[in-house]
Amino acid sequence: MIGGIVLQGVQMALVLLLAPLLTGFVRKLKAHMLRRRGPPLLQPYRDFRRLLAKEAIVADSASWVFRAAPYVVFAATWVAAALVPTYATGLVFSWSGDLIAITALLGLARFAQTLAGLDVGTSFGGIGTSRELLFAALAEPAMIMITFTVALVAGSTQLSAIAATMLTYTVGLRVSLALALIALIIVALAENARIPVDNPATHLELTMVHEAMVLEYSGRHLAMVDLAASVKLLLYVSLLACLFTPLGLAPPDAGIGAYALGLAAYGVKLAGAGAMLGVFEVSIAKMRVFRVPNFLGIALMLGFLGTLLLFVSRSL
Amino acid sequence: MSALAVLAVGIVVLLAIAAGGLVTRRGAVIYGACLAVTAAMAVTAAMALALPAASMVLPIGLPGLGAHLRLDALAAWFALIVNGGAAAASLYALGAGAREPEPGRVLPFYAALLAGMNLVVLADDAYIFLFAWEVMSLASWALVMSRHRAAENARAGYVYLVMAGFGTLALLLGFALLASGGGLAFDAMRAAHLAGWPAGLGLGLVLLGAGSKAGLVPLHVWLPLADPVAPPHVAALMSGVVTKVAVYGFIRIVFDLLGPPEWWWSLPVLIIGGMTAAVGVLHALMERDLQRLLAYSTIENIGIIFLTLGLALAFRANAMPAAAALALTAGLFHAGNHMLAKSVLFFGAGAVLGATGERNIERLGGLIHRMPVSSACFLLASVAIAALPPLNGFASEWLTFQAIFVSPALPQWGLKLLVPATGTLLALAAALVAACFVRAFGILYLGRPRSTVAETAAETDRFSLAAMIGLGALCIACGLFPGVVIDALAPVTQLLVGGAMPVQWQSAWLTIIPTAGATGSYNGLMIGLFLALVTIGTALTIHAVAGRRTRRARPWDCGYPNLGPATQYTAASLSQPIRRVFSSIVLRSSEVVDMPPPGTLRAASVRKTIHDPAWEALFAPLAAAMSGVAGWLNQFQYLTIRRYLLMVFGLLVILLIIVGMVP
Repeated sequence: MIGGIVLQGVQMALVLLLAPLLTGFVRKLKAHMLRRRGPPLLQPYRDFRRLLAKEAIVADSASWVFRAAPYVVFAATWVAAALVPTYATGLVFSWSGDLIAITALLGLARFAQTLAGLDVGTSFGGIGTSRELLFAALAEPAMIMITFTVALVAGSTQLSAIAATMLTYTVGLRVSLALALIALIIVALAENARIPVDNPATHLELTMVHEAMVLEYSGRHLAMVDLAASVKLLLYVSLLACLFTPLGLAPPDAGIGAYALGLAAYGVKLAGAGAMLGVFEVSIAKMRVFRVPNFLGIALMLGFLGTLLLFVSRSL
Repeated sequence: MSALAVLAVGIVVLLAIAAGGLVTRRGAVIYGACLAVTAAMAVTAAMALALPAASMVLPIGLPGLGAHLRLDALAAWFALIVNGGAAAASLYALGAGAREPEPGRVLPFYAALLAGMNLVVLADDAYIFLFAWEVMSLASWALVMSRHRAAENARAGYVYLVMAGFGTLALLLGFALLASGGGLAFDAMRAAHLAGWPAGLGLGLVLLGAGSKAGLVPLHVWLPLADPVAPPHVAALMSGVVTKVAVYGFIRIVFDLLGPPEWWWSLPVLIIGGMTAAVGVLHALMERDLQRLLAYSTIENIGIIFLTLGLALAFRANAMPAAAALALTAGLFHAGNHMLAKSVLFFGAGAVLGATGERNIERLGGLIHRMPVSSACFLLASVAIAALPPLNGFASEWLTFQAIFVSPALPQWGLKLLVPATGTLLALAAALVAACFVRAFGILYLGRPRSTVAETAAETDRFSLAAMIGLGALCIACGLFPGVVIDALAPVTQLLVGGAMPVQWQSAWLTIIPTAGATGSYNGLMIGLFLALVTIGTALTIHAVAGRRTRRARPWDCGYPNLGPATQYTAASLSQPIRRVFSSIVLRSSEVVDMPPPGTLRAASVRKTIHDPAWEALFAPLAAAMSGVAGWLNQFQYLTIRRYLLMVFGLLVILLIIVGMVP
């Protein structure tokens, strides 16, 4: 029991500590490919410390929702990230929520974030919220359909059980899983405000989505919002890794060697995913806001098709 | 005294209170009495959930038939919903009812409505059922008409009356079909259940009858008209409770009286449920009248409930009791959750209406500063109804998704294709509901005030707040301990589909599991505790490390300070992208932008139009046909005497021919 709690604690600490590193890694890589030197790898940690040291400026018209939202967003994202297997499956609290619950926890984070965007009563907060709601209205159902697809293949909505099934090699290559993989990548790009849906580096006024929503934040509040965004990116990478490349995941009650192997494999997966994200982002342009629904509509359709295939035949 | 006798006496007392409402104009007396009676009845119903079914025959009603009453687990669950919602509404009305301009038009009908709803739930023969159904319909019509001087209210009352009459007619025909085998008592109908096409016809009639009262698309048009014009506590009852009584009527007839289901019964229920969910939430997203927005959201939730009922029918027809129990539990749980959350939302909307006299959210804003407690309750109920963890709405939605997840085992091809489609509609609706309530709460309570009434609003009275806080606490409790509710529903599913979900109370850490042996699980308590601990812990840690230095300043807004409140996003602009993407197809919404060329002094304008497909495709042609036929018939009123004589002669000839042809 104590050991189980320690392992769960390791997972929670791991996602929290590695998240800014992944963000910094992607930034550094993108800068390199654009022939810039770019910020140091550890810059997100320094930003965090610097923001904490500053005073928080809160608009006159803001209510308690604005001040509470960063903590709620962070908590919901972190709890969701704690439920996604990173280096080991079957952790002690992993049964307290399945993939549907993880999706809903991210929905809770978005609920708080969008409300905070409206709280100050500025036009930029509104524009970000409005677009975020539109994207979510397509990305969230797509996520649910992806959940159905992978869950029908594995016979469970629980991530640990899905990862265990995927590891057994009886699954094989399936059309439905390929559809789910593409859909999940699209959803992950949209949910993390990456190119081509949104640009994490922009403050160009009319193209902002996520940045417009959090425009009024400063100091410790902004630090929490940024940290939550990093954790969310890590969560989606972990989710992709756990569902589609579960190699190296330590089974429940494994030895110390298996856990070490799991940690090493997780590091490799993070680096690989970060590199792919960086390459993808520098090689593609951001799309207009009203083309995004088509892009996300593809994810929804693919998720629906994957589920439909599995309803028709469990072996597709 | 048995639980059934307590509830029967409660109905009699409610009728007596209704009579008292004719005498006194003092709301406090009537509402206080209703609160006491319904609270006692709610407790009785909760205790009766686990008891075996009891029935009694009273020597009133039709001669030779008597009045059959029965209290089984299903009736007990809905009696709990009815009386729980009624008790909260009565508590709220102790404060809000005092603002009523003409209490004499509300008081007698309010108590009569409560009595009628309770009697529907307890009725065990078709005569009492229909009688109580009509009492419920007419009492709520009278309540809708209590502020009848506005033309809009009179129109709402007219549409409501027509739809109620239509629904009762459909139910009457349905019961006539059911009674053909034996008699009007439900026991006789259960014994001589229908089969083949009469059963299908019965299902169709019940869908029309109960569905029109519940607000199923395309019979939903009365709900968004009637709810906003009723007094706030009545609107909460009509949306949260009356629609649930209609759901009860559907479940009672289809699952209990109609006999063993065929698999294809589930098809219309699933299609209509999915459509209702999607159309309801899209309408809610476009609406700027707060009460109408909530009414459309009710339609959406009714759609979700019918979707689960359709799944339960499909599972039951295929002899899968565990899956049927899962789907039915999800639907029944959701019915209770919706009553809790929607009542709080209507109470909050009523408080805003009382404080500002304004129903249009575009003219409000910033109310969270003026109404801190009621806004917090509204926020809690929004989270609950948007199906977000750790509250109760998510628990029932999670069960619904789990029910869809086990449905590939259904053998029929029609269902294999339809269930994933309805699952997508459900997922879409779930995401849109969150957007809808971000919009409602954000425009109404957050931001800066858009009018002087919003600037000067004051918090509502203590009774209203008590009702909101009480139901809000129940939302949290049902969200953290969903297993308790699921276990309480086990007798109901045992009764209706012959199976029950695994006992949740015994599972480790109170985790809920959908079916025996399934590895998917959800623990509301653990997620809720984690969320609370991490939120508070992080806030404390950050404050300890970084201090709490905070400076108040003007909004930054990318360097444009001092812009007025009119530059904020409005409700219409917030949902504009969603309107463009979704509603242009479903609701045929369109925008006409009139931008005068430079140099002209005409004002620019944007005009948006939204069409209700149900209204235009179904009701408008129906009304046009009716008035066309009436206009055509009208000419027979002004004929000359010769033509009348000619027609009489012609009719006589035709009758003689017919008589001659019949041997």
